[in-house]
Amino acid sequence: MAKFAKKKDGDLPAVSTASLPDIVFMLLFFFMTVTTMKDSSLLVENTLPNATEIKKLEKKDRVIYIYVGKPTQEYAKVFGTEPKIQLNDKFASVEEVGSYILAERAKKPQELQNVLTTALKVDKNANMGLIADIKQQLREVNALKVNYTTYEGNAFNNLQ
Amino acid sequence: MARRNGAPEVNAGSMADIAFLLLIFFLVTTTIETDAGLDRMLPPMEPPEDNVIIKQKNIFTVNINKNGQLLVEDELMNLQDLREAAKAFLENGADGSCTYCKGRGDLNSSDNPDKAIISLKNDRETKYSTYITVQNELVGAYNDLRDREAERLYGQKFTKMEAEYLNPETPSSVRDDLKDKVKRVQEMFPQKLSEAETSTN
Repeated sequence: MAKFAKKKDGDLPAVSTASLPDIVFMLLFFFMTVTTMKDSSLLVENTLPNATEIKKLEKKDRVIYIYVGKPTQEYAKVFGTEPKIQLNDKFASVEEVGSYILAERAKKPQELQNVLTTALKVDKNANMGLIADIKQQLREVNALKVNYTTYEGNAFNNLQ
Repeated sequence: MARRNGAPEVNAGSMADIAFLLLIFFLVTTTIETDAGLDRMLPPMEPPEDNVIIKQKNIFTVNINKNGQLLVEDELMNLQDLREAAKAFLENGADGSCTYCKGRGDLNSSDNPDKAIISLKNDRETKYSTYITVQNELVGAYNDLRDREAERLYGQKFTKMEAEYLNPETPSSVRDDLKDKVKRVQEMFPQKLSEAETSTN
């Protein structure tokens, strides 16, 4: 009977943690593959308008981004409160848009250079005058495919 | 002398810690969302060589002023009514060559969807959000009509077919099949949305 008495009751066997690294690695690889690094921090306010008839921007390597909006609070003192253009990590004037597009286009592989889309991320409070100037610049460098990036939602919410 | 049985085992106890550290790094930097928006083509710089004369009745003019008010075909209009008005114009079918149109056939409106052009003009002080709403309604008018025809011909919505066609994960056999269908519906209501340079006054 001593054989049975030896076992203390209520003592749980330790859970094996040997497979923990495997589980964690699995998660790690998942996040490593879906991850895209944020390449520029926003210097402008960027509340996009809503739209319903939207198309997804597939393939991020074929997109050039242009941000437009009021400078955020910390930059408002230096740059004022009128909407500005942000290219990469700095503010830019309208005239620089064309050369920026050409420079970005040159960085892409040859086979993608003709299928690039320009994504315009414009704050909903910006004026069309600035957008019209940007569009004119884009036309001059023959970057005709644009995408007005929006959130998905009822378009009439924009008017309030 | 101690006997050596090969190399001593490396302690793998800290492996989990290292992996966790990496995991947390990628968790924090990750952004999964994809952007979406309205796709548009800008007109090329050089004007077309031959000057095509377009009849006034085939042009649907939409003007947005700086206060966000709409002037459609020289009449004030609410934004809510724009989609229906654009649809009525597009499928008017005055010359009777469009067999699938369900419009009134008004002689003072567009001849057929192929000739119908929507012209959008805006002021420099128009707010971007208003402009996007108008764009959305006009693209929506085309999509509504295309959806209707696609549903009649193929039993599914055009927007869904197009999204599937453009999705790179769709197998190529399905894509080839969809290509012709998408093209056919697009040709039934070709998107002719012209944007003139913005007016200054």
